[in-house]
Amino acid sequence: MTNETTHKVRSIEQVVIRLAGDSGDGMQITGNEFTKTSAIVGNDLATLPDFPAEIRAPAGTLPGVSGFQIRFASKDIHTPGDDPDILVAMNPAALKVNLPDMRPGKTIIINTAMFVEKELRKALYVKDDGTIINPLNDHSLSNYHVIPVDLNKLALEGTKEFGLSPKESLRCKNFVALGMMYWLYSRPLEPTIAWLRDYFKGDKVNFANANIAAMKTGYNYAETAELFVEQYKIPAAHLPAGTYRNVMGNQAVALAIAAAAKISGVPVFYGSYPITPASDILHQISKYKNYGVYTFQAEDEIAAICSAIGASFAGMIGVTGSSGPGIALKGEAMGLAVMTELPLVIIDVQRGGPSTGLPTKTEQADLLQAVLGRNSEAPMPVVAASSPADCFDRFLEAVRIATKYMTPVVFLSDGYLANGSEPWRLPDIDKLPKIDINFRTERDGFQPYLRDPGTLARVWAKPGTPGLEHRIGGIEKRDGVGSINYDAENHDSMVRLRWRKIYKVADDCAAPLMAGPERGPLLVLGWGSTLGSITSAVEMAHAHKMPIARCHLQQVWPFPSSLGAILSRYDRILIPEMNLGQMWRLVRSEYAVQAYSFAKVQGRPFTTGELFRKIQQTLELPAHGSSHPLDTKLERASEVAADVSGG
Amino acid sequence: MISPPLTKNDFKTDQEVRWCPGCGDYAILNAVQTVFPMLGIPKEKFVVVSGIGCSSRLPYYVNTYGFHSIHGRAPAIATGIKIANPELSVWIGTGDGDSLSIGGNHLIHAMRRNLDVKLLMFNNRIYGLTKGQFSPTSEVGKVTKSTPYGVVDQPFNPIALALGAGATFVARSVDIMSKHLIEVLQRAANHKGFAFVEIYQNCNIFNDGAFDHLVDAGIRDEHLIALEHGKPLKFGKAKDKGIKLNGFKPEVVPLASTPDSELLVWDEHDPSSALPFFVSAMPEGTMPQGIGVFRDVDRPTFDGEMAAQHANVMKKYGAGSLEKLLYEGDTWKVG
Repeated sequence: MTNETTHKVRSIEQVVIRLAGDSGDGMQITGNEFTKTSAIVGNDLATLPDFPAEIRAPAGTLPGVSGFQIRFASKDIHTPGDDPDILVAMNPAALKVNLPDMRPGKTIIINTAMFVEKELRKALYVKDDGTIINPLNDHSLSNYHVIPVDLNKLALEGTKEFGLSPKESLRCKNFVALGMMYWLYSRPLEPTIAWLRDYFKGDKVNFANANIAAMKTGYNYAETAELFVEQYKIPAAHLPAGTYRNVMGNQAVALAIAAAAKISGVPVFYGSYPITPASDILHQISKYKNYGVYTFQAEDEIAAICSAIGASFAGMIGVTGSSGPGIALKGEAMGLAVMTELPLVIIDVQRGGPSTGLPTKTEQADLLQAVLGRNSEAPMPVVAASSPADCFDRFLEAVRIATKYMTPVVFLSDGYLANGSEPWRLPDIDKLPKIDINFRTERDGFQPYLRDPGTLARVWAKPGTPGLEHRIGGIEKRDGVGSINYDAENHDSMVRLRWRKIYKVADDCAAPLMAGPERGPLLVLGWGSTLGSITSAVEMAHAHKMPIARCHLQQVWPFPSSLGAILSRYDRILIPEMNLGQMWRLVRSEYAVQAYSFAKVQGRPFTTGELFRKIQQTLELPAHGSSHPLDTKLERASEVAADVSGG
Repeated sequence: MISPPLTKNDFKTDQEVRWCPGCGDYAILNAVQTVFPMLGIPKEKFVVVSGIGCSSRLPYYVNTYGFHSIHGRAPAIATGIKIANPELSVWIGTGDGDSLSIGGNHLIHAMRRNLDVKLLMFNNRIYGLTKGQFSPTSEVGKVTKSTPYGVVDQPFNPIALALGAGATFVARSVDIMSKHLIEVLQRAANHKGFAFVEIYQNCNIFNDGAFDHLVDAGIRDEHLIALEHGKPLKFGKAKDKGIKLNGFKPEVVPLASTPDSELLVWDEHDPSSALPFFVSAMPEGTMPQGIGVFRDVDRPTFDGEMAAQHANVMKKYGAGSLEKLLYEGDTWKVG
């Protein structure tokens, strides 16, 4: 669609928009389409979907609100933004839930059709005496730039030529809203049109046409009704040269699973039981049968991991994926993989807990479970992805370690990475890391626990290989021959051997991501999905001339061997985590260093502002000091972060 | 290269067998080591998988590939093994506690899917390795270490459970009836699909004589009934009794006054599992307990269907290209 507008088009560097509505309003689809289009026009971007655990909470209620935040920019960005510049509220509940995140002066597009008594009541816009409050009329929004639009009417009128029922027509209203946003930010409609034509094929083509018409209605209405003073343009970001695609964390894991099979030449077996937020990995890779990927939807979490262990024994790369509650169920079998020294990758897409917790929200509180959460001495390496695209590299690294050292490896992701997205500069296929797997076939000198003296990995001899028949199991064994052995000295030596093998990874792993001066007053130590927030806050601190540094762990356990020296070069260590100080505990116990904990467990990522504020505060605190995550004497940075602009 | 035929000795390991002297497990091990060389399968293609319990020591004593895993999980481990390599002959050694209690979920789902494995369930109606608690097949009222006033749980009927879960081969034998056991194991081996074999096994330490009332040489003919395909069901020391179906109800009838034509003729290939279910549910004590093959029907195997689906997808789309997978779709170029 050409832009024949007479509106002034202003070029801006970045925008944060949030689309919010009922979970039946299609906000996630709308958000994904906007994201894809923004990626295609070359913006850097980051997204934060936020949806309820219920499939459909009662329509129009506060728990049923589903949101999708996207930040897109012509510069390099690391987070989906602290607070939105523009909010689209499809109903009163969406307004009520999201208004606290809107700073004064920002824009709110409101679907006026839903601001009627029935809907207002469902959103609890009710006074104590039972009378209704309508925020459109009571001046409570006077600090905002409110744009009222009857999206329902536009949807009905825009799709009337397609013979849909009123209910069907109203379901197109998210595309009316999307069309308006496309006009406002000068985005092309074609990618979404193509997607709709593909999504509604055959006898459903009428729905494709209706949604396209609805989107054009929104686009044209935004232009002709002069809703907005200005139209904006966000030029393409100056990203490094290459081919890009937008990718969500779970998608990147799925692609890495196919890549692992292709690179190694050994099929991957994925045993899994559906669980939020990990299930999308299973969905995606179940299509990859011609890539050497085998998927098994097991009867439970235990069968999921045990089948993967069985597949590893039989010569595939065993992988199992779940979230925290499922990992807890897998614990005993993870110990079996330690004992039998079989390669295995355990994917933990962390979510809020404990127990069922917050299934659709993010958290980093499975760290100690990953490192230590099994009976007895059952060590295994843990790697953690730090961005949606990094899920690809980190997963391949997990497979490399698992097969090189013949050990289970935990790959940590989380809900924010799994469903959040960013542009991904696609790797050169020829330059992907090598995964060399050699199955033992030589009979001479064969023993099931024969080890490589360098890595301490045992041999991998798969059933079907003549002459190498052997038995493995969970009972303690004598090294080499692998026969059952209960002797005291032997057990002590085997326990140490298994630990020593894992510690070898400390010298053969991804280095921490460093930024800032090599020594100084403060080091921000992070791991996992907080990389974006920490990087933004550190950049903001650098802009304020604070000589602070960042160290972000990709290899989480064992710690990379360089970490001790790094920690010793700074006067203060600050560890922000979406848990109550789990990395803080590990670092202190491993290195006997003091560190300040910044712990937040709210089911959502850190904002740049609150992290920056915390950095400022920590610089005022004593050198080589420590704060406990439960220490309430320290001012909570998040409560005073409001006046710091997102960077 | 032609190798000499395998013998029983080829399937013995150097491990000292550590079951209690007099345990029924020795007889089962002997039957397994007798049957394996008869199957024409190379030694390296066997995998014996187990969970936890006395029975689950089986892999250590059979000189093939073996995996002694964790409690109850052998069917899940075996599922991964069979998907990874459907050509392997995978056997599971398990007990009544391992498979019906802690591993019940894996067992029923492996049977439902018709995974092509052979499961030998050593049923001694007691927990042996943990030293004498009741099991899910212990009879009501049984006094054990954990039930000083008697068991109040109702036991599982393993054959009925297997039939209900859709196992395509269901059989029962007895540890001390070695000829019968060997025949049943051969039948199981030759079945393509899930073979569930319950073996009455005496634990002479914690539940000695649990099956004496059924299997003692002097009385077994009165208490066991051999199920033979195509033959009317008859039993008794003097072959003087038979089973007749009265509606849905099997009844013991004297042959003196009942012509063969009125007896139930055994059909192990009946697609419906209703008939074997009736017979499996005949009450112990008042009616004979079936031994032999309750059910043997053909159904596509899970691992076979999965392999076929992979082959079909591969045929339809060709081997996937990683380059295409990553670079296709909504991509854009910078610079």
